[in-house]
Amino acid sequence: MLLTPADLQALGLTLKVATLTTAILLLLGVPLAWWLARTRSWLKTPLATVVALPIVLPPSVLGFYLLVAMGPNGPVGQWTQALGLGLLPFSFTGLVVASVFYSLPFMVQPVHNAMESMGNRPLEVAASLRASKLDTFFSVVLPLCRPGLVTGVIMSFAHTVGEFGVVLMVGGNIPGETRVASVQIYDHVEALEYGDAHRLAAVLLVFSFTVLLALQLYNARRLRTTRA
Amino acid sequence: MSTRLLQLQARLERPGFTLAVDLALPPRGVTALFGPSGSGKTSCLRVLAGLEPTAQASVVVDGQVWQDSAAGVFLPVHRRALGYVFQEASLFEHLTVQQNLRFGFDRTPAGQRRHGWDHGLELLGIAHLLARRPHELSGGERQRVAIARALATSPRLLLMDEPLAALDAARKAEILPWMEQLHQRLDIPVVYVTHSADEVARLADHVVLLEQGSAVAQGPVVELMTRLDLPLAHGDNAAALIEAVTCGLQSDSGLCELRFDGGTLLLPQTRSTPLPDRTPVRVRIQARDVSLSLVMPEQTSVLNILPATVIDLADDGPGQVLVGLQVAGAGGGTRLLSRISRLSCERLGIAPGLPVFAQIKGVAMVR
Repeated sequence: MLLTPADLQALGLTLKVATLTTAILLLLGVPLAWWLARTRSWLKTPLATVVALPIVLPPSVLGFYLLVAMGPNGPVGQWTQALGLGLLPFSFTGLVVASVFYSLPFMVQPVHNAMESMGNRPLEVAASLRASKLDTFFSVVLPLCRPGLVTGVIMSFAHTVGEFGVVLMVGGNIPGETRVASVQIYDHVEALEYGDAHRLAAVLLVFSFTVLLALQLYNARRLRTTRA
Repeated sequence: MSTRLLQLQARLERPGFTLAVDLALPPRGVTALFGPSGSGKTSCLRVLAGLEPTAQASVVVDGQVWQDSAAGVFLPVHRRALGYVFQEASLFEHLTVQQNLRFGFDRTPAGQRRHGWDHGLELLGIAHLLARRPHELSGGERQRVAIARALATSPRLLLMDEPLAALDAARKAEILPWMEQLHQRLDIPVVYVTHSADEVARLADHVVLLEQGSAVAQGPVVELMTRLDLPLAHGDNAAALIEAVTCGLQSDSGLCELRFDGGTLLLPQTRSTPLPDRTPVRVRIQARDVSLSLVMPEQTSVLNILPATVIDLADDGPGQVLVGLQVAGAGGGTRLLSRISRLSCERLGIAPGLPVFAQIKGVAMVR
């Protein structure tokens, strides 16, 4: 076996965090993208900016604020304690919560763009064909925005797999709980286990390349079939 | 079939534009909303459909109140029994033609369905396209599918917003015969937005002329086309429309004869299968194809010469005059338009009341 049991555990945990994060982002990010695409509220621009923040913010800054917020004296921490959930930092749940914030723009932005470029017309057509608003959302909006959704899912997943700074700040380095693959690589290097680091790093490199290649091929094929 | 008028009162404010109309439209046939861009044609259509929720409006279709803003009544778009055909083909790209047709049908309450989802297949000649995706269709095919899709919801009112405007001339020629067919076979009112006088002549029964958000005139198309005070009677395509019936085939001469209120017309038999006797047709006589003479012309190649009386005159561009004529007939007669030069007008002393002979160089069957 090329990878150590600890490596495999870290990889398994990484996939678990990324899958769960992506699923939560679909449930939260898609309605948020729809709201951003449809609203005329003054809140639209500030909120869109907040959503975009994780793209430019150093992960340690984002992680630091999340740590403080979820800590025993933070607003989120007080709330989770009151609900009997305990504290989120340095737990798997806390890691997922942090990842959701960290990867939010990667889900919201492509979906939001797809929804905006779709325009109003399909909605008006659907209404003239007797579809209610909710019906239209599921039977017209989501199918027409599928390229944006596919991009959002792939990018959120890949981005969560690649997170490091936020994990260190919020999750720490607990095997099986918060020690994801990127942290495991860091540990190998700290311990001068370059061979192990190489192997795990190669796995992530191949993964990232494959995912992005698949996305490119998907987009290229879509352009070919719709350009007629 | 309903005999109740289609009522639309609407007031809509936009920056730099106010729509204020009060229309009562016939419950059958095609009503064209005609006017330049920005005159409020499409806004009227959108108010009828409920796509302009901010409009203060009253909409009554087939006796049902769809909207009465004063009383706080507003039926949302998807609860109004209407079909809407947009200017650009608006088929759902993620669905096949058949799925597009079924989209509205499946969402129409069973009790309101008057025909199957496939009702429009034969009417619009699209049965062979069912398995295709929208991007595999031509512009004309897309629009035909869009019309069939609208009809599949068993609408009480069909709204069409310049459905031919985005098509090139060849595609337009391809789709127009289907539209004419549709016109004869639909038993619901159609409101048709257009800025093309040609489409009005071919498709409309009734016209509402819109300018800057208000209706300046409305009435039967045959009357409005020749009113010199209205823009329809001006421009290069000014023409008179005449409702006629076929009578007597003269197949040996290659001509067919039409009878109208005021006489008969001969025109070339262009159809591969001649129309049966007594078929109602509509012909168009362009103002530029009608010349005037004070005496009955003899030894002329012109086939159609009708005695007429000058009714009114109007300037029509530099050096040109548009002359309104009346051909006497048992049913009140028929109106014609003639465009002649101002010089000829003065030389012949053309003035209201003068009897003249109208020489008609071209007659086209438009329907």
